[in-house]
Amino acid sequence: MSEADSVGAVEPQTMHFAQALRLASGASIRAYDLAYETYGQLDAARSNAVLVCHALNASHHVAGCYAAAGGGPAGSVGWWDNMVGPGKPLDTRRFFVVGVNNLGGCFGSTGPASSDPATGRPYGSSFPVVTVEDWVRAQARLADRLGIGRFAAVMGGSLGAMQALQWAIDFPERVAHVIAVAAAPKLSAQNIAFNEVARQAIMTDLDFHGGDYYGHGVVPRRGLRLARMIGHITYLSDDAMMDKFGRSLRNGRFGFHFDVDFEIESYLRHQGDKFAEYFDANTYLLITRALDYFDPAGRTGGDLSAAFRPALARFLVISFTSDWRFSPERSREIVKALLDNRRDVAYAEIEAPHGHDAFLLEDPRYHALVRAYYERIHAGLPGAAR
Amino acid sequence: MSAAFSPPQLEARSDFRAIARWVRSGASVLDLGCGDGLLLRHLIETKQVRGYGVEIADAGILACVKNGVNVIQSDLERGLAGFDAASFDCVILSQTLQAVRHTEEIVLEMLRVGREAIVTFPNFGHWQQRLQVAAGRMPVSKALPYQWYDTPNVHLFTIRDFENFCHGHAIRVLERLVLHEGRRVRFLPNLRGSLAVFRFEKWAGG
Repeated sequence: MSEADSVGAVEPQTMHFAQALRLASGASIRAYDLAYETYGQLDAARSNAVLVCHALNASHHVAGCYAAAGGGPAGSVGWWDNMVGPGKPLDTRRFFVVGVNNLGGCFGSTGPASSDPATGRPYGSSFPVVTVEDWVRAQARLADRLGIGRFAAVMGGSLGAMQALQWAIDFPERVAHVIAVAAAPKLSAQNIAFNEVARQAIMTDLDFHGGDYYGHGVVPRRGLRLARMIGHITYLSDDAMMDKFGRSLRNGRFGFHFDVDFEIESYLRHQGDKFAEYFDANTYLLITRALDYFDPAGRTGGDLSAAFRPALARFLVISFTSDWRFSPERSREIVKALLDNRRDVAYAEIEAPHGHDAFLLEDPRYHALVRAYYERIHAGLPGAAR
Repeated sequence: MSAAFSPPQLEARSDFRAIARWVRSGASVLDLGCGDGLLLRHLIETKQVRGYGVEIADAGILACVKNGVNVIQSDLERGLAGFDAASFDCVILSQTLQAVRHTEEIVLEMLRVGREAIVTFPNFGHWQQRLQVAAGRMPVSKALPYQWYDTPNVHLFTIRDFENFCHGHAIRVLERLVLHEGRRVRFLPNLRGSLAVFRFEKWAGG
């Protein structure tokens, strides 16, 4: 993609919401901030807005890079920069793209590390459990404030795809297209099991202090490291991991100790260390819980087709053959539910060796498909140049 | 985008016109092996059908997205498990039946999922093929343009073969159209026709 370029230097913004948000749990958040970024220009008809929803460890920083330490480390590149930008599959010369850090996050939106106005101390363990539905409602309020009545598309991968699906169900008139990549209609018992191990790693860390570690000047670093290591194992396929690391030894021979021998150990430790530096442990608990609870068919007696009945959007659903965390079968359940409702849907199963992580990588077939889909969306916009 | 849509590819596929004549306006249609989705797009534009394609090739999926038609990437050989019984008015398989391994299963699956089905296939009984076989070699023609060692076709059959198949599988043929170079062939169709189009349903009388 030689013609494709980056959106360049970007700056995060913050929107304050003074009106309380009632959550699925019954609790409410009295007031909150959402950190967000936008790229491109909203057209005169306000018809070209695209919302990009983030997955577990990402944020509102979807594309471009930070010039100086504003919202994040200088030079840090957006998590979906290969997808979003001028000339990229989601072309910011045509679309107005919004990225938002979800409620409970740790990158600028109100979350467990934020100060609770009632006490003046960080929320910590008192931050309410939030769900995908709650996030979507918070995102809709942000859209109201940005003057976006209806999104041309809501897009996401993994947990981000779940938000996009929820949008179609909860706000049918406000989303024209949904692009759901590496999605699942709900987690399996195995998925929940992995999340539980990650949470246990965090909660049993002595530095966790029941979630109120902020006041103790510590973070449950060991727990976060473990959580991230487990996550990384599930995002990659067996083959991808074998290809990348094999049984390679750091020093060419066994050390007969329990320190790093294999390259894969070194990789996991490095990923864990990096993650523990920037991610909030309570946010990790919240986000994995939101994943566990996501189940639109829960409202319709387990009937996914009935859950999608209110949806009006058109859908592009993409899965990856080697993704064992959210396998193609799970995407096909979504496609079947859409078909039962006679919704417009294109479904692609991309042959890719990288596992769940494939949705973040630059695969030519995957990107060509998303590009073609956005070209169709653009051609249908009222203000589109002929 | 102009309203009328008749690309050159569509002209070349004379079976498409026959199919378009037979599909009811507003019907729900499933096109198996839909390729680039041009038949579906034609049916959407001329018959306002609610259509979905099934395609295995990545290039076909991309072309369908570009053509703005619904498509599901799936391997027909694995059956139509993702589709409920009687969920479509019409299931189409155009020029693909000769290229599938599980011919019998696919035809029966078409009639499970669809209230009726349309298939089109190259007629192996056409005199040009017969002549080449009589001359002792596998035929290569406009309708069957492949060499024996490099062909997607694994089940070659004639119009009479297909009619016998229907008879033996409790399938009632509703309409038959035999073509050669885009023109209808009425006299000695199994000898003079190179392309056959059948519309059929389950024989309810059992």
